[in-house]
Amino acid sequence: MQMLSKKAACDSHGQDSSYFLGWQEYEKNPYHEVQNPNGIIQMGLAENQLSFELAESWLADNPDVLGLKRDGKSVFKELALFQDYHGMPTFKNELVKFMAKLRGYKVEFDPKKLVLVAGSTSANESLMFCLAEPGEAFLLPTPYYPGSNDFKITGCALEDAYEQAKKLNLNVKGVLVTNPSNPLGTTMDRDELNLLIDFAISKKIHIVSDEIYSGTVFDSTSFVSIIEAVTDRNIDDTHELWNRIHMVYSLSKDLGLPGFRVGMIYSNDETVVAAATKMSSFGLVSSQTQFLLTNMLSDKKFTSKYIEENRKRLKSRKEMLVSGLSDAGIECLNSNACLFCWVDMRHLLSSDTFEAEKELSKRILFEVGLNISPGSSCHCSEPGWFRMCFANMSQETLKVAITRIKDFVESITSSRDNCNHQLTFLDSRRRSVSKWVLPLSPYDNNEPAER
Amino acid sequence: MRHLSTKATFNSHGQDSSYFLGWEEYEKNPYDEVQNPKGIIQMGLAENQLSFDLLESWLEKNPEPAGFKRDGKSIFRELALFQDYHGLPAFKRALVEFMAEIRGNRVSFDPNHMVLTAGATSANETLMFCLAEPGEAFLLPTPYYPGFDRDLKWRTEAEIVPIHCTSSNDFQITETALEAAYHEAQQRNLRVKGVLVTNPSNPLGTTLSRSELNLLISFITTKGIHLISDEIYSGTVFSSPGFVSVMEVLKDRNCDKSEVWNRVHIVCSLSKDLGLPGFRVGAIYSNDDMVVAASTKMSSFGLVSSQTQYLLSALLSDKKFTKNYISENQKRLKKRQNMLVMGLERAGISCLKSNAGLFCWVNMRHLLRSDSFEAEMELWKKIVYDVRLNISPGSSCHCTEPGWFRVCFANMTEETLDLAIQRLKDFVVEHTANGHSKSNNSSKNSNRKLLPKWVLRLSSSDRDHKPDER
Repeated sequence: MQMLSKKAACDSHGQDSSYFLGWQEYEKNPYHEVQNPNGIIQMGLAENQLSFELAESWLADNPDVLGLKRDGKSVFKELALFQDYHGMPTFKNELVKFMAKLRGYKVEFDPKKLVLVAGSTSANESLMFCLAEPGEAFLLPTPYYPGSNDFKITGCALEDAYEQAKKLNLNVKGVLVTNPSNPLGTTMDRDELNLLIDFAISKKIHIVSDEIYSGTVFDSTSFVSIIEAVTDRNIDDTHELWNRIHMVYSLSKDLGLPGFRVGMIYSNDETVVAAATKMSSFGLVSSQTQFLLTNMLSDKKFTSKYIEENRKRLKSRKEMLVSGLSDAGIECLNSNACLFCWVDMRHLLSSDTFEAEKELSKRILFEVGLNISPGSSCHCSEPGWFRMCFANMSQETLKVAITRIKDFVESITSSRDNCNHQLTFLDSRRRSVSKWVLPLSPYDNNEPAER
Repeated sequence: MRHLSTKATFNSHGQDSSYFLGWEEYEKNPYDEVQNPKGIIQMGLAENQLSFDLLESWLEKNPEPAGFKRDGKSIFRELALFQDYHGLPAFKRALVEFMAEIRGNRVSFDPNHMVLTAGATSANETLMFCLAEPGEAFLLPTPYYPGFDRDLKWRTEAEIVPIHCTSSNDFQITETALEAAYHEAQQRNLRVKGVLVTNPSNPLGTTLSRSELNLLISFITTKGIHLISDEIYSGTVFSSPGFVSVMEVLKDRNCDKSEVWNRVHIVCSLSKDLGLPGFRVGAIYSNDDMVVAASTKMSSFGLVSSQTQYLLSALLSDKKFTKNYISENQKRLKKRQNMLVMGLERAGISCLKSNAGLFCWVNMRHLLRSDSFEAEMELWKKIVYDVRLNISPGSSCHCTEPGWFRVCFANMTEETLDLAIQRLKDFVVEHTANGHSKSNNSSKNSNRKLLPKWVLRLSSSDRDHKPDER
């Protein structure tokens, strides 16, 4: 008899081995400015390490919070016992205010519609449990490059995906978008959002908007949240679409606190909120952490300063990477958010194939000494794109990485035949839509969050 | 097309509706020594509030860990970024040592076989996902923790088949009962994947005997199935015969090279022993590498906050503290349990003899109007509304005999417990005076009138009770 469940037994490292390889190699040989200057630089980890000292200085000014005290009195017992899956009311109040602030106060959130969970990983899974039966499907945009569309979602692509699902006998329950996008680093514009809304209305399906990068938008005015987009359509409060709009958020990217496991679901549907609240039993946020962050977020001076400073630093870092790569003849997708760039290395491929992308990936890992994420691991239909993170290292390290890439490119171009392979690439650039149906890679054995 | 999933809409989360009433009433009218002395006393919450002072004093003396510091330096950044699902190594080491200490160091644990999860609730669900397909079953001895209906079945779609235990032998697990349960599963066309026991038991407050443990191991060996031992109350054992972990029995039987070794898994948590349910610290311990690997990945859905891992790794590494805590905590629990048992005895109410847990398994069968669950519900409602005590009716724990109740003693002050006992005494005196006599028709009828209302109430609304009334 099968002793373990299929879920446990299909635990294979069978996912794209080149991706896994990068992590393994990094672990064996991690870069260190002093101790290992020839090591591999980690550029596959979407962490925000740029603004820690702001949080640290706040902590230094507020020792009571760390000591689990309120007005000089210990609240240890109260916190130790607090396991209400409705979450700490004060924390939820601060979170909705923070979320509104990030969106320039163009939308308002109701704490009663917010469900706290241990990280957005948990939030997304819970939402799936609430919205889909086993075997039902959600549509997800993959980085797809249909001509010169800059990877934007189109009405055609949505319809094509829907049709593909039908052909495969999959009941589509909704669309899940990440906005701002990982790995693209771009925010969805109003046209895309409106297309999405039209599509959800016409097919009567859900929209899940994963907005975990909302605080990393360099210029706040350019971010339009799904709630804002739906509000601006002047759709009646009672329209059934409202019940099908759900948002996911987390403090892992904006505040750089992935270790604290703070995620949330925001939904207008009461039944979803009720069910997700109960499900959060399987992944509640530590009360010790809820208490700390309640205090931090309630300090409005701090949050204002943090949000602004964080944005500035991210923007400047991104520009540093973009211009550095540009000097090496490598372009990036024009981005306005996130902790990474979506980098175009198609011209460095030996052929317009994923095999060539894998080859290039390996070279960049072993020869250049950078761990970056190949587009195939993001289900990109176009070989040659890579995601490179810039916020998880010091400025000096980023400079080293850029220099290495420059040197690498120089060495390739000088040794390459002058024959222009580009022309033959253009024909094979269009990929069939069915590529997105590739089975999802089994989960990585190494780092859980290479988001 | 159905808009939401079955899991979201159907009442399959298993949060029992009759049970919900007691909580609701408590929330409306909670006892407070000063502000609401006539309110309902919460005795349905298995929390350990007896030893906080020990923890608080440790925190006072050791401000660094809570302050994200190590040797005077800030490690905030390191912790803020730490989300490795393998867990903080120092914490796992401290945790396995603590587990061993609780078991008198008669067994030792390997941190590489431990998987941290956000609470035992998460651990149990994850184990189900690893061991059972939807529709497959686990056997559980009754009475059992009501939350299992949710934790083990809801999202996993696994089934529970009860192993009926009765008061005839103090609710011990027998071979007959195990076989009967297995047979029942087969009759229902359910493939049995394992047995799950809680040791020490919730709601019984007793530890499993060596012979029960041996019986279980033989049973799972014969049937080729798993055994999950939920040992979250292991640190609450306060008197003999003492706690014997299933690992200990396996060792004694020299099973460590055998096949059955890989099919025994333990769940633990710091919610009961240390009284820290808010911090969400649970763990799965398994000898099976694949289970460890799979549940490690699954723990992504419920990791323990690094802030909390760090604080507790420092706390548990302080051996002087843990030694003192374990013994002092046990002393206080024993005293409290004794207080409740004696108090109930003076009211003519007996309890199952217990040596662990944060509650007593109380025998009120003699107070029932009739030997039925309807009568149990009636009695329970009287206790909630008239006596103003929220206690847990045995039916909510799937007990096969009406008249048993779980009464918690560690989540209140001594004075409050005294008061609760007094109220119960007064109630019994009055109740006995009135008799179970059928002459008290009017009150019986009004009770009957109330009955249909709550039966119709579904617990699908958001005003549910606290998730962990364990």
